[in-house]
Amino acid sequence: MTVLEQPGSSRHTSGPAGPPPTWRPRVDPAPLLPDAEPYRLLGTEAARRLDAGLLKRLYAELVRGRRYNAQATALTRQGRLAVYPSSTGQEACQVAAALALEAQDWLFPSYRDTLAAVARGLDPVQALTLLRGDWHTGYDPHEHRVAPLCTPLATQLPHAVGLAHAARLKGDDVVALALVGDGGTSEGDFHEALNFAAVWQAPVVFLVQNNGFAISVPLAKQTAAPSLAHKAVGYGMPGRLVDGNDAPAVHEVLTDAVRRAREGGGPTLVEAVTYRVEAHTNADDATRYRTEAEVEAWRAHDPIALLERELTARGLLDEELAGAAREGAERLAADLRERMHADPPLEPMDLFDHVFTEQSDQLRAQAAQLRAELAAEAEGHPETATGTAPPAQEARS
Amino acid sequence: MTTTTAPAARKPATMAQALTRALRDAMAEDPAVHVMGEDVGALGGVFRVTDGLAAEFGEDRCSDTPLAEAGILGTAVGMAMYGLRPVVEMQFDAFAYPAFEQLVSHVARMRNRTRGAVPMPLTIRIPYGGGIGGVEHHSDSSEAYYLATPGLQVVTPGTVEDAYGLLRASIASDDPVVFLEPKRLYWTKSDWSPDAPTPVAPLGRAEIRRRGSSATLLTYGPSLPVCLEAAEAARAEGWDLEVVDLRTLVPFDDETVCASVRRTGRAVVVHESNGFGGPGGEIAARVTERCFHHLEAPVLRVAGFDIPYPPPMLERHHLPGVDRILDTVARLQWESRWTEGRDA
Ligand SMILES: Cc1ncc(C[n+]2csc(CCOP(=O)(O)OP(=O)(O)O)c2C)c(N)n1
Repeated sequence: MTVLEQPGSSRHTSGPAGPPPTWRPRVDPAPLLPDAEPYRLLGTEAARRLDAGLLKRLYAELVRGRRYNAQATALTRQGRLAVYPSSTGQEACQVAAALALEAQDWLFPSYRDTLAAVARGLDPVQALTLLRGDWHTGYDPHEHRVAPLCTPLATQLPHAVGLAHAARLKGDDVVALALVGDGGTSEGDFHEALNFAAVWQAPVVFLVQNNGFAISVPLAKQTAAPSLAHKAVGYGMPGRLVDGNDAPAVHEVLTDAVRRAREGGGPTLVEAVTYRVEAHTNADDATRYRTEAEVEAWRAHDPIALLERELTARGLLDEELAGAAREGAERLAADLRERMHADPPLEPMDLFDHVFTEQSDQLRAQAAQLRAELAAEAEGHPETATGTAPPAQEARS
Repeated sequence: MTTTTAPAARKPATMAQALTRALRDAMAEDPAVHVMGEDVGALGGVFRVTDGLAAEFGEDRCSDTPLAEAGILGTAVGMAMYGLRPVVEMQFDAFAYPAFEQLVSHVARMRNRTRGAVPMPLTIRIPYGGGIGGVEHHSDSSEAYYLATPGLQVVTPGTVEDAYGLLRASIASDDPVVFLEPKRLYWTKSDWSPDAPTPVAPLGRAEIRRRGSSATLLTYGPSLPVCLEAAEAARAEGWDLEVVDLRTLVPFDDETVCASVRRTGRAVVVHESNGFGGPGGEIAARVTERCFHHLEAPVLRVAGFDIPYPPPMLERHHLPGVDRILDTVARLQWESRWTEGRDA
């Protein structure tokens, strides 16, 4: 059926034009709209009623996360990591993301989200292998249900939707939480993922960490939308705005969204407004695109300081809590320093594993070539290794 | 159901029907197999390859997706991560390009980057190639992009029976397959019957479709019938051509190909995608590396021109036909005379 053949089109209406067919929006957009202001808890009456255990847990994880960022950045200076994208200033989003999930749920992180993965239980060293360069994904994603740290922007979002959809088809109680940056929301995959999620009513939650910049490009040059959370409305899912430096607020909003997904309510888009205090990575020069005054203003809205203020007001920040948090952080840093101290042993022949389930003849021949090159190298003729290796191809007949 | 009447004469079936049957059998055998794509549900796909699957298996197992190729393939990745075996339909060759990033950055390397922890048992069906008078963007031969991507298997049937057998093998494979369906062969009839038990055709094995001694035509998919026709026509010139159907470009069957070329001493690669940077260059290089001392002439290529796919009214000039194949075979003869002359 073409457009021209559709009932109600001009071809079929020979008489005088009647009233247009009635049209109503399929869903009332109002409940989907985010609030005008990011949701906050810290410093409000509601915060006074928050569970003390939760606040303490968030605090310990924030402190640990910050220390992790500092230590990983130090490792880049020692040449132990090729590069590290710090999430300093964004720890509240990371920690809340991990703590909002149940054990059976899945986390789909981007390259900046090592903290979320570690807070979920991933080995802190394994989380760094991508950046150290010994293997792309240093962990089995099934172990903690953390998908590989994803580098191509927003491409992990449709994976999260597909996994959540598949889990629901199988009748499993699984929610997927996918993380993306503000720049990533401009990618096609972001839009396709949101659309699929809403159409399928998949149990998935999208968390945008709006940290103000995509490398050097500020949000204003990324989008003309009123907020990134507003984008949800166009897909038919609720958009929620939250202060990304307010750990209990992010935790509450994400926990609500995850619960909604779990109960069959469909996807939610959460925008956490935060700030990238450090440069994009250790290799970036942030002074080229932003002022120190701007950074200082955000440092004054630091997620750890905000939570400390609340804990103090409630008399929860005693030496026991602070000391334990500090110790946990130092233990993590010491462990990282120690285990990242030396290059990991590498097996070059691993290169040919896991390209396919079974090695193809082609790869077997290439593996033989490398094995011969390695043998020649071991015999101390590295410079002639390639030249003396037997031909990779089958023998001439 | 039993019947006392004599079995009816085999009803000729088309390649499209063989593919449908393969999907149906795979879905019936394994509940993890999910078909998804644009219009694959009630409509049965624009080529009707998924006809009846939604009715039989439900819309969860054969689902119409939103119209977004990256989204289709990207969500299929997540579904595969969760243990399903998605079979994705891309509506036309040139409309698979939006999904290219998912294919290259995730599908092809997920197993490798996770050291085997996350396999990608998914099949991406793409109707490809020209010769059906399609308008722009409906006739591309995109196989070179896929075979240049490590981690993907690239499969393309040239016969109705293989359409069934290779699709079954592709769906059963624990590694991703780009399954290229030669759309101009969709309506090719054969005596293959949907009711006849058909073996699963292993991936990575070429098949000699016609024995010959003068030269080997190496081809696949839509060019297979053209090569068989050319081989018949070549008899008049006194040439006895062998025709090898590659069936899968990745993995590549060096053994069958080289055995044939060593026997005949001459080879021509025939495909309709453009020659420069096309599969023919790779195949010719492999054959030369392995069979150099058996060759009596350089390995030649017959390919489409290095142009964007032409408008339908001109496509016959672009597509390698029997005449172009025979002209090239004649050049082979000339080249070998030249070799002989030099040797004398
Ligand atoms: C598809 C793609 N294009 C470009 C890049 C290079 N790149 C890496 S990070 C980045 C900026 C991303 O910004 P944002 O999404 O806001 O995330 P943030 O780094 O701020 O966490 C760019 C352009 C990439 N990784 N992937």
